[in-house]
Amino acid sequence: MSTQYALEIESVWKYYGDFPALRDVGLRILRGSTVALLGRNGAGKTTLLRILAGLSSASKGAVKILGADVRQESTRRRIGVLGHGISLYDELSAMENLVLFGKLYGLPDPRKRAEEMLEQTGLIRVRDGLVREFSRGMRQRLAVGRAFLHEPEILLLDEPFTALDDRAIAVLQTLLRQGHDQGRTIVLSTHQLREAMELATDVALVQRGQLIFSGERTQEMLDDTGFLYRTYGEN
Amino acid sequence: MGFFHHVWTITHKDLRSELRTKEALNASLAFSMVILVLFSFAFDPSAEQIKEFSGGLLWMVYSFAGALALNRSFAREVHNDCLDALIASPIPPAALFLRKMFANFALLFAVELVSLPVFGLFYGVPWTGQIGWLLVVLVLGTWALSVIGTLFSALTINLRLRELMLPTLVYPMMIPALMACMTLTSDLLQGIPVTGENYTWIRLLVIFDVIFTALSIVFIDTVLIG
Repeated sequence: MSTQYALEIESVWKYYGDFPALRDVGLRILRGSTVALLGRNGAGKTTLLRILAGLSSASKGAVKILGADVRQESTRRRIGVLGHGISLYDELSAMENLVLFGKLYGLPDPRKRAEEMLEQTGLIRVRDGLVREFSRGMRQRLAVGRAFLHEPEILLLDEPFTALDDRAIAVLQTLLRQGHDQGRTIVLSTHQLREAMELATDVALVQRGQLIFSGERTQEMLDDTGFLYRTYGEN
Repeated sequence: MGFFHHVWTITHKDLRSELRTKEALNASLAFSMVILVLFSFAFDPSAEQIKEFSGGLLWMVYSFAGALALNRSFAREVHNDCLDALIASPIPPAALFLRKMFANFALLFAVELVSLPVFGLFYGVPWTGQIGWLLVVLVLGTWALSVIGTLFSALTINLRLRELMLPTLVYPMMIPALMACMTLTSDLLQGIPVTGENYTWIRLLVIFDVIFTALSIVFIDTVLIG
């Protein structure tokens, strides 16, 4: 069934023991939009992204990705996830890592696609180097390549700019802009407000597990990155 | 891509990773050898006594060595949050479980195949007399250990004391299978053929393997995602 929404979150609650990490979160994200998911540490951004990615289940409420359940195999094929970790195997080479994930996503020619991503992330010269021998920046670039490898319709990125070097930030920004131009839906949580606002078409602000603002990114937010927190957030 | 292709893809990845690092393989093999050698020096049993307790000794060694390898099974995926990437990918959770199980099985079986001749050498026990049935028992017992161990390795993945918790949970569950393996192995090494009561132990092992493999496949989604 086709829907205009890439993601539909309806009254989602998530408890860790008795503690409600998410409280009645509801949000609809249009296809093709780039959403900056903002909030202080511990606000619930990561929990929300993990539920959207199917890595955790909601205690209450429902989540639909492209009109379907996120745990469906066909749905997961359409999602790219970049979490806090790089999700790469240290003892495999850059090429082996990408080919492995290419195979898992059922790409017709995983090796060719892996080479394309290594080219785009500037790692083609070290394609056969083991990940454990890579610098932090190289590992991050490879992780970005892994998330984009299967050309997902929806990208869920949890603080993707954290700990990136300049080159990795440039690679990620280029890929995100290309992704947006190609009509992909992107949700990224971040504390880097400048980078996020430049890319975002929409903004969502989470505070203590509740969604306290969602809407289009305005010029005011771009000019003054602290505006959103001052207007809607706690002091 | 088919279910079994998924299973093979990541089993292959696991085995390749293990062969490069040899973390679990070296630890399990070294442990098995040390225990077998220490026992041979510590006790001086007669040839008949050795045959009687050989099954118990061998399966204790296999179980403890197995715990070392099984602890690494899902722990390997925690590093760099690799498990998240696997859960987020379009692999059926059952395929994810089976590939881990197959990799563990291959590893444990290799350790057993190396330790068996060493046991024969140090204890002077002829072990090739009923090699066919002995291999059947090894396969069925190792399958049981791999299934239970892999499931609990996934269950304890986020626990701080997982190295301690895994054996604490696995061994009680393994009691019926271990009893069968120990009895059968001792009998086979004493030259007792597989008939009558021993067939019951074989049947028990097969049923144990089938039930726990099915249960693990059904519950692995809940175990991994909650």
